[in-house]
Amino acid sequence: MTKKVADSKEGNVPSKNIQRIKKIFYSQTLAPYIFILPFLLSFLIFFLYPTINTFFMSFHEVLGMGNQNFIGLTNYQRLFNQNFYEAIRTNTLYTIFLIIILIPLSMLFATLLNLKYLKGRNFFKSALFVPALTSIIVAGVAFRLLFGEMETAFVNSILIRLGFSAKQWTLNHDTGMFLMVSLASWKMIGIYMIYFISGLQAIPEELYESAEIDGANTISKFTKITLPLLKPISIYVLTILIFDGYRMFGESFVFWNEGMPGNIGLTIVRYIYQQAFQRNNMGFGSAIGIVLLAIVLTINLIQLRFFGVFKKEE
Amino acid sequence: MRGNTDRKWIGWLIFLFFGIVSIVMLFPLYYLFLASFRDSKELFRFGMDLAIRPELMKLDNYKYILFGEGNIYLHWYKNSVLITFFFTILSSFFSSMVGYGLGVYKFKGKNLVFVLVLFVMMIPLEILMLPLYRLTVQFRIINTYSGVILPFMVSPLAVFFFRQYAIGLEKDFLSAGRIDGCTEFGLYFKIMVPLMKPAFGAMTILLAMQNWNSFVWPLIVLRTNQNFTLPIGLSSLMTPYGNNYDMLIAGSVLAIIPIVIVFLFNQKSFIDGLSSGGIKG
Repeated sequence: MTKKVADSKEGNVPSKNIQRIKKIFYSQTLAPYIFILPFLLSFLIFFLYPTINTFFMSFHEVLGMGNQNFIGLTNYQRLFNQNFYEAIRTNTLYTIFLIIILIPLSMLFATLLNLKYLKGRNFFKSALFVPALTSIIVAGVAFRLLFGEMETAFVNSILIRLGFSAKQWTLNHDTGMFLMVSLASWKMIGIYMIYFISGLQAIPEELYESAEIDGANTISKFTKITLPLLKPISIYVLTILIFDGYRMFGESFVFWNEGMPGNIGLTIVRYIYQQAFQRNNMGFGSAIGIVLLAIVLTINLIQLRFFGVFKKEE
Repeated sequence: MRGNTDRKWIGWLIFLFFGIVSIVMLFPLYYLFLASFRDSKELFRFGMDLAIRPELMKLDNYKYILFGEGNIYLHWYKNSVLITFFFTILSSFFSSMVGYGLGVYKFKGKNLVFVLVLFVMMIPLEILMLPLYRLTVQFRIINTYSGVILPFMVSPLAVFFFRQYAIGLEKDFLSAGRIDGCTEFGLYFKIMVPLMKPAFGAMTILLAMQNWNSFVWPLIVLRTNQNFTLPIGLSSLMTPYGNNYDMLIAGSVLAIIPIVIVFLFNQKSFIDGLSSGGIKG
């Protein structure tokens, strides 16, 4: 008697479970949560927790794993120093140069490469894009060779032939900035060009046709139709450029990976790296990170207002 | 008629312009390629001859990095290949799942999750590198493949891309599949994954390229020479007056070759993947 009851119970439990599990697999209300689970987990563990942790560490002197002293705003007060100013200055100048060079040039390349009657368009597109395929290190090796300090190095040898003197590229602020900006422009222009090309292809052909009927010439077509309609993509490109400008690290690392005479090439992220990993000063590094976060978030808010991302999505 | 000849001239002018631009853009890589066949001491002393002269091209540098003593370069290559392989598979799998979930279903909190995806997309990882570093130490995945892969496995950009793609797909297949008794996950694997093939094409290429080239995070997680990826290993050779240039230059050339080959055969996917970041709404 008792045995029978036990048997039926044992028989029932798994089948009920199986049904429950089956329900989960068929449920349309539950399924989406399982689909987005990887993002939620990764968000909580690798984004939210570290972000909170950075805030926490920025108010502490971090002595080792799980050993820290609360020191209030001291880390932030320490930010008022020459090195940090110079880092912010480098990032700001670098960003401004990138904007001045990359936005007009990539827009020009995109507009010209979008001309139907141009021969070899696809080859040119690929050629301009190839630098974007290289890692910053490989690109940096090529640039270090071209802009070597020695008189025999490529660029210096040309300068000498033209009657100038050879330059110590990595030892001056101006030439150092020139190196970083040209490396970044060379590497990134293909990507921004592709952005603009996709923006151009979204402009309906009829607009140009009706303008032609009205007797518009190439230049007025460009200023009256192309430019205004490229505005959203230009703002987007501007935003990423500011981002890339303020988070820059590799472009500096490849030229001054060990020491930087007179803080040439010291950027905000390099300053974090230097303080946190080379001087083991995690708390101070975190405070720098928070300031960088504030810069980036401000830019984000401005961008969101421009785009109205929140309004647009259903 | 006049307009036509004008157009022809302008066409040639632009062609010439891009010819010059292309040469300038490709020149640094050409230079790197030529330099990889030279003895670096000679290169620094005498400068470089820009013509291709087979009699001057020596394979010594390549022999040294591939078959020389220690062979550390091959370790880096292996690490890069394996990390890129696992990262790309895991990342495109999980990111497509999330993007599909966000694109196809209606559920509570959907908008919030999507805004979070956008938010993560807009925060540079460099800000998080210190706490993430501590986290990898706590999880005991510092200096491992998992340490490089796990924190960035769900790529917000890829999620965004897959979501956009899934929204544009025909939903009739789904209801038909449900009537046939398919589970929600069966629908995803049997119906949606094949339909999203072009999206997978674009994203695997983009993710693989980003991972192959990624520098900042691996630099922090990978602590020993044996475990370095190519960019980290190569950067460790960069010393101002080092004798490592032979290895550095030839190693750099070999590091680009796989991407360039993939690019040459999949240009459309590359461009689709990249412009996905540029087109919103």
